[in-house]
Amino acid sequence: MSFTAEQLQRQGLTPEEYARIRALLGREPNGVELAIFGVMWSEHCSYKSSRLLLKQLPTEGAVVLQGPGENAGAIDAGDGWACVFKIESHNHPSYVEPFQGAATGVGGILRDIFTMGARPVAIMDSLRFGPLEADAAAGVAPPAAARNRTILHGVVAGISHYGNCFGVANLGGETMFDSGYSGNPLVNAFALGLARRDQIFYGRATGEGNPVIYVGAKTGRDGIHGATMASEEFSAASEAKRPNVQVGDPFLEKLLLEACLEAMASGAVVGIQDMGAAGLTSSSCEMGGRSGMGIDLDLDRVPQREAAMTAEEMMLSESQERMLLVAAAGREEEVFAIFRKWGLDAAVVGRVRAGGRLRVHHQGRLVADIPNAALTDEAPRYRRPAQAPAQAAAPPPAGWTAPASEEALLRLLASPNLASTALVYEQYDTTIGANTLTAPGSGAGVLRLPGGRRALAMALDGVGRYCRLDPRQGARLAVAEAARNVACTGARPVAATNCLNLGNPEKPAVMWQLQEVVAGMGEACRALDTPITGGNVSLYNETLGQGIDPTPVLGVVGLLELSGHPASWRPPAAYLPAPGRAVCLVSAAAGLDAGQARRRLGSSEYAATILRRVWGEPPALDLAREKALHDFLATAAGAELVDSASDVSRGGLAVCLAKCILSRPVTAPEIAPVGARLAWPEALAPEIAGDAELALFSEVPGWVVVSCEPAAVGELRGLAQHRGLDWYELGRTEREGSGGERLRIAGRGWKLDAAVPELAAAWRGGLAGALGETAGTPTAELVEAQA
Amino acid sequence: MKIGVVVFPGSNCDRDAHGAVVRAGQQAVWLWHGSAELEGVEAIILPGGFSYGDYLRTGAIARFSPIMEAVRRFAAQGGPVLGICNGFQILCEAGLLPGALLRNAGLRFVSRPVYLRVETADTPFTRACARGQVLRMPVAHGEGNYFADVATLAALEREHRVVFRYTDAAGNVTAGANPNGSRANIAGICNRERNVVGLMPHPERAIEPALGSEDGLALFHSLTLASAAIGA
Repeated sequence: MSFTAEQLQRQGLTPEEYARIRALLGREPNGVELAIFGVMWSEHCSYKSSRLLLKQLPTEGAVVLQGPGENAGAIDAGDGWACVFKIESHNHPSYVEPFQGAATGVGGILRDIFTMGARPVAIMDSLRFGPLEADAAAGVAPPAAARNRTILHGVVAGISHYGNCFGVANLGGETMFDSGYSGNPLVNAFALGLARRDQIFYGRATGEGNPVIYVGAKTGRDGIHGATMASEEFSAASEAKRPNVQVGDPFLEKLLLEACLEAMASGAVVGIQDMGAAGLTSSSCEMGGRSGMGIDLDLDRVPQREAAMTAEEMMLSESQERMLLVAAAGREEEVFAIFRKWGLDAAVVGRVRAGGRLRVHHQGRLVADIPNAALTDEAPRYRRPAQAPAQAAAPPPAGWTAPASEEALLRLLASPNLASTALVYEQYDTTIGANTLTAPGSGAGVLRLPGGRRALAMALDGVGRYCRLDPRQGARLAVAEAARNVACTGARPVAATNCLNLGNPEKPAVMWQLQEVVAGMGEACRALDTPITGGNVSLYNETLGQGIDPTPVLGVVGLLELSGHPASWRPPAAYLPAPGRAVCLVSAAAGLDAGQARRRLGSSEYAATILRRVWGEPPALDLAREKALHDFLATAAGAELVDSASDVSRGGLAVCLAKCILSRPVTAPEIAPVGARLAWPEALAPEIAGDAELALFSEVPGWVVVSCEPAAVGELRGLAQHRGLDWYELGRTEREGSGGERLRIAGRGWKLDAAVPELAAAWRGGLAGALGETAGTPTAELVEAQA
Repeated sequence: MKIGVVVFPGSNCDRDAHGAVVRAGQQAVWLWHGSAELEGVEAIILPGGFSYGDYLRTGAIARFSPIMEAVRRFAAQGGPVLGICNGFQILCEAGLLPGALLRNAGLRFVSRPVYLRVETADTPFTRACARGQVLRMPVAHGEGNYFADVATLAALEREHRVVFRYTDAAGNVTAGANPNGSRANIAGICNRERNVVGLMPHPERAIEPALGSEDGLALFHSLTLASAAIGA
């Protein structure tokens, strides 16, 4: 049997790859085998373009229990707990069918966590959409904007539907907008679970003769070739890919969770893996591959939802909520009883065999017989040509008239990239589990561990615009920001997971971006002691040839000690909690001269939103001092010296300070609204101190605004300076009452003086305004207005 | 006191309810949906979640499970029953409480902290509260919009069977304090005999200052006072 180029293309294989298949098998593959190779050698499953690069990443550290290669990474969280976590993309399906695409993205990452024996306790999401409002100047036509709004609503509803029903706390994430994501939304889902350290399960098929048991939903024709779809660009005909998107059932997944954890606790399970991308194919060959064993599958025993499915359809189906497990021989009935109790299908569909081959039987015939290694370790790996793009960075605009600082601040706060995302996260259950210490609305979420002696802080971050201008620096900044947000809660960042979202790697410029991103990420992870324990690479994020900015999203997890604190203690907040507090700035940044500041302003939200132009370079980063900054933040919180800590990230110092005032929980009347009277410290950067635009809107990630009791200032200054960090006092919070609070910042020759209620209205209403919504629903903002 | 927490397929606040009972110093036991055995419990909690996937309608399938037959008998004998969130929806579907919970007025799931005013201390779950006391705890639901016909609403008011109302922090009933469009800002009600209580907010998630509130503990503490009263 031989195949035409067209048949190969349908399986996503090149003629060269086909030749390699023939060499590995020593014969021609049959049609089923070709389909199996096609899906396992897809970019999505094989990482053929990125695997060689990913080897550069640090993956080991003092707390790492499991690095990349398993269903998820794991770290030692103390007190006998292992924290299992990972981030994954579901970008392509979310473009084609936003609700189900996002829902099954959540479902998939949750399965990765409980496959390891861990009960999922937190999820977060990093979302990128195209602009919500038509904008002729930026080339966003009304239909594109309408489509982007539909995608946002669908994605958020899908995450809400799946996560809330499954029953896991959503601790936030990020939501950003840029025209590059218009045809290529990004949906990156992070999940974190807890297992006892000595009870982690692995995706390994061990013990010759052990039964291979299929559990969960029946297999249907949905999601066939989903992995291949995620490995190619989209065209105008991509709507027709909708049947490739799977349909999720969170209720079934919840039952699967309980049944799997109960089966694992019984001792009858020796290995387990979820059926995600490439379903039965990847789970069986990967479980065999990891243990050096083989699996014989009998497809006639697979529970089927539809009649007359072919072997190829069954092997490639991506029906959701299914798991493959290997049980100890003789204990099948125990496993069946548990799954019956939860109302789930379970069937022996094969046996573990020596010999390291995947052998598939269908209707009495052997329809595939492939060495596991040919599908996994010996999949092709490409060193694709990489070439930095020829054009130099855009020049700065020749000149512009800066709007008044107050007006610029209001416009920034109302812009979807900086506005409150309460409209999004209020659709997610954030308190289920009764362990949420810091809910969405801060830079990081904090969740208490059982026993109450420790907590885990977690954050997702990444800025595509920084990476557009300098992918290496953008990746370093993403790592540093996620770790810094974790440190702002008082936790010590210890490990990371990454989701690399890029365009078509067959284009040398994209391959160069990937190289740079991986290099920058590796460098920062090494410097900040946050090894990568797993993650995901999503390439081919292109529609009609238009690719996204390289967008690495980093998830960083940190450990927070609670045992030294009173039981009622809560981590430092992101908001200024009361009047009369000292507002200070600790800096790990190097000095900033006027030329640097002007170049870097080009990568800011201010440039993109107010000046509507992007140029120059991303902010600088001193990784050694950054590490010292994290140590300072954890130490200061541990000593209960700080009330709040927030980094000066997107939007600059003015936006940071405004959000410190605005992000207090509006339904907590004991937390009074405050204003602040502040002075921009001349010594912070003398060359820009006289330029309000640069002083207020430069994004300087090494700056962190902290607030504290005035009496604590001296001790904090000592802790900062002892670590080589710079310390500045900006002023005090104050309360005027009756809504008369103001944010006042005075600099050399300029001042910003804005009414807090106006800032609040802009910030809280920004996203709803861009979505074209009026205040139809009672919202927390109304509660405050009434209070 | 021995308190049963029912586990339906799809319950996902069962562990939190169990934890709250234990934190209140009581003994918690699991009751399985497929069994009609109540294990000698002195009170029953129907926890939040998505029982049976909430297919068809929230709580519509759960009401037919074997445990609900036992819960019905237990309630008829005066046993205290608390339905939280999905548990409230099930109690309405089962006819143990009047009215229904419709889709939120905003048509979206709503998750946020809210304030509740205790409207009556005369139930087994509010005996430790004072009438007019304001409690803070989270809501997290897509279908919590309490609805009943005019006659039923009038009866609930007349018989002081509205147990909790959404208010602002100061205890004022306002439109802005109502997260889901419930009639008369109703967050929780009881039956005529006052032993069956249902509410949409989650007291089991407000049991420690570190979680932002411990106001929810009052509902679980109330039971111990109630058991003395029932015994009398």
